Amino acid sequence: MAIISNAVTIADAGAFSVGLGAMTLIKSIRASNAGTLSFVHGASSVVLDGTYPIYMFRFVEIHPAELNKDFTFNMSIDSGSNYNIAKTSTVIEAYHLGDGSGNGLGYHGSYDLAQGTGFQSLANAVGNDNDEGVAGELFIYSPSSTTFVKHFIHKGAHGQGGGHAANHLIGGYGNTTSAVNAIQFKFTSGNIQSGKVQLYGIKDS
Amino acid sequence: MAVISNGTTLLDAGALDSGIAIGGLRLLSTLTASSSATLDFTSGLTSTYDHYIFKFIDIHPATDGAAFSFQADTGTNTSYNQSITSTFFRAVLSEANDTPALGYVPDNDLVGATSFQVLANGTGNGNDECLAGTLTIFSPASTVLVKHFAATANELIASDQSYNLFCAGYFNQTAALTRVRFKMSSGNIDSGTIKMYGVYSG
Repeated sequence: MAIISNAVTIADAGAFSVGLGAMTLIKSIRASNAGTLSFVHGASSVVLDGTYPIYMFRFVEIHPAELNKDFTFNMSIDSGSNYNIAKTSTVIEAYHLGDGSGNGLGYHGSYDLAQGTGFQSLANAVGNDNDEGVAGELFIYSPSSTTFVKHFIHKGAHGQGGGHAANHLIGGYGNTTSAVNAIQFKFTSGNIQSGKVQLYGIKDS
Repeated sequence: MAVISNGTTLLDAGALDSGIAIGGLRLLSTLTASSSATLDFTSGLTSTYDHYIFKFIDIHPATDGAAFSFQADTGTNTSYNQSITSTFFRAVLSEANDTPALGYVPDNDLVGATSFQVLANGTGNGNDECLAGTLTIFSPASTVLVKHFAATANELIASDQSYNLFCAGYFNQTAALTRVRFKMSSGNIDSGTIKMYGVYSG
């Protein structure tokens, strides 16, 4: 770290010696009636390669334009030309109806994938009232591996139409040994009206 | 942070964290398996951090279907045999879309047992098969309370199924935990990486 005044170095103690933490914010994309939000390695300062062994996407106040649509994601191995990786996944849902009339915990077979190449639902039937949205975190492990499948783990909460609360626990893998270099998020229909998705890298060393 | 010259404070911007985020997650140690019987974290587990996170990255067993497990110990002991009480549940779906399932797995929980706690049961050893996940140990340096832990993992098992696994419990030990061991139930950890992070809350 240096102290520089008017381009003159007054003191220079070398590299900053205080640890800056293991989580690095790589890219934050804010939606404004966006059809998709895409993180493509090498584009717009996005890093999604072997630089980090684990990547985390954080969803902040994701708000759909349309009622009862699913917030979803998919992977690409061709820099975003196609988002169509085969995935096998499981979905656990806990829910509580907004009027207090019911609640439950169970496997949600409507939203899992068995080698499906479509988009993986992270939050289903999201409400679009002014105060409803999606929050959560999605971890992708070793996307750049050319040996193993690509595991992902998601935990999130969202408001469903009708004021219902839902909590989803999702795990699975992209069944490819090619490097994943792009991730895309979108609703099953309609735009992401507002909110942001943040991409973090979790440091390797 | 301050700039001080000959005992005179020229600038003082206050605590470093007020101006520069130093981050709450610190990478402390990395162990990489290479046909390893165990991966042992024998230092760094102290009171410096409130809790510790272990990240498993592409853990690949030498033996098909072996369970990935962990235990802890105190001081400089190497028995790795602390008493654990835990719960374990998982969600399952096959690539062939056979009947999905969510359920409690009593074979993988422990009740006051000193054996290794299973974190993932049945990872395949096919070339592309592995597991990934996270284990958090809360306040391991406490000398008052038991030591809680929680883990989530996902694995591709030998019969081409995705398992999403959830394990939580506590070490029934009030002495500080100082070391953690990971191993497969049989055979080596053929490859993979485990990273230990400290979480600093200020």
